[in-house]
Amino acid sequence: MSDYYKDEDLDRFGEVGKHNPELYQKFMDWYTTSLTPGALSRREKVLIGLAVAHAIQCPYCIDAYSKTCLEEGMGLEHITEAVHVASAVRGGASLIHGIQAHNAVNKLSL
Amino acid sequence: MKFTDKVASTQSHPLHATEIRILQVNLGYRCNLSCKHCHVEGGPERKEVMSRETMGYVLSALNKIPVKTLDITGGAPELNPHFTSFVQEARHNDIHVIVRSNLTIFFEKGMEYLPEFFRKNNVEIIASLPYYRQSTVDRVRGNGTFEKSIDALRILNRLGYGNGSGEAVLNLVYNPQGAFLPASQESLEEEYKKELWRSHDIDFNRLYTFTNMPVGRFKNFLVRTGNLDTYVQKLSCSFNPQTLEAVMCRHILNVGWDGKLYDCDFNQMIRLEISDKYPRHIRDFDYSLLSTREIAVDDHCFGCTAGQGST
Repeated sequence: MSDYYKDEDLDRFGEVGKHNPELYQKFMDWYTTSLTPGALSRREKVLIGLAVAHAIQCPYCIDAYSKTCLEEGMGLEHITEAVHVASAVRGGASLIHGIQAHNAVNKLSL
Repeated sequence: MKFTDKVASTQSHPLHATEIRILQVNLGYRCNLSCKHCHVEGGPERKEVMSRETMGYVLSALNKIPVKTLDITGGAPELNPHFTSFVQEARHNDIHVIVRSNLTIFFEKGMEYLPEFFRKNNVEIIASLPYYRQSTVDRVRGNGTFEKSIDALRILNRLGYGNGSGEAVLNLVYNPQGAFLPASQESLEEEYKKELWRSHDIDFNRLYTFTNMPVGRFKNFLVRTGNLDTYVQKLSCSFNPQTLEAVMCRHILNVGWDGKLYDCDFNQMIRLEISDKYPRHIRDFDYSLLSTREIAVDDHCFGCTAGQGST
């Protein structure tokens, strides 16, 4: 499994569209448009992408968005802060479920 | 696809110069720094230096150019023993002088006069500052480089450089610190201005973003780290035909430390001289022939045509 994710496979992304080009094209249009500057700058959108990449732990996305961060003039300081935000939100999401545990325990307890 | 083929697919004729607005002159490869990204491979051990005689040919050529701008580069051009007289003579002839400085040179022994000298002679400064954070700059250029650069910028600001009046122009240069392309000049300039002002009270006029060319020390890095093929492919895939109109070789002529002529500084580094159909040494300068010359190109030229182009 150590080579389950291969660097060269990212360049094969287009092959995903082979069996349904229409849906693939719709995805690509959506994806491209979502990264176009609007109320948020491209830098901000790229940082969101990087944070999400870490939250979902996608190796391809982490490689791609780390490089894009550099190309947007950001460095390891920016990347590290974004990863902390992603990790903190993710950690907080687990922690808040402690309330569910409390609820469950309280319901069962005298 | 080769660069020549890419140009041929875009336009029916090879790349030609349209004028010579700027004479870019390399005074030698000696430098007080040995930056990792340096395409010149400059350093303290380099011996190449332009002679006073060759400088005379340069000044003579400038008198034959309608728009007179002298763009002085190196190495650290200030280390050339004839640097000050060269600049003074050019200014005396009413030539606009740009010096590409690494800033840290101001603190080398005997070089402390430079900031005042630049201001007195109304020299435009284009200064290397690969990033606005210390750890990144020191990694690329050597320990302590960032702090010296910031001190030098403070001195220049005190002398009136970069204050927006346009009287004393101070422009900075950003280079990517690795195998990736630069951000847009506009967004990065905004970021540099914000961060340098917020953290160091420093102001400047414009930020230029340069793409690292796969030549010299940077190419060695690409080979060593297994990034060369991907980087060259990225440059090639980012080819933007619109950049061909404004690419710098169309309006500059580059002069090597030994007086040989090139279409740009990068061609100089790979010894790609201008075509033998034209004068090939500055002493034989001929404006009408050289200002419409065919540009010598190779695949490294993708670096100047990638994305928004490299100034």
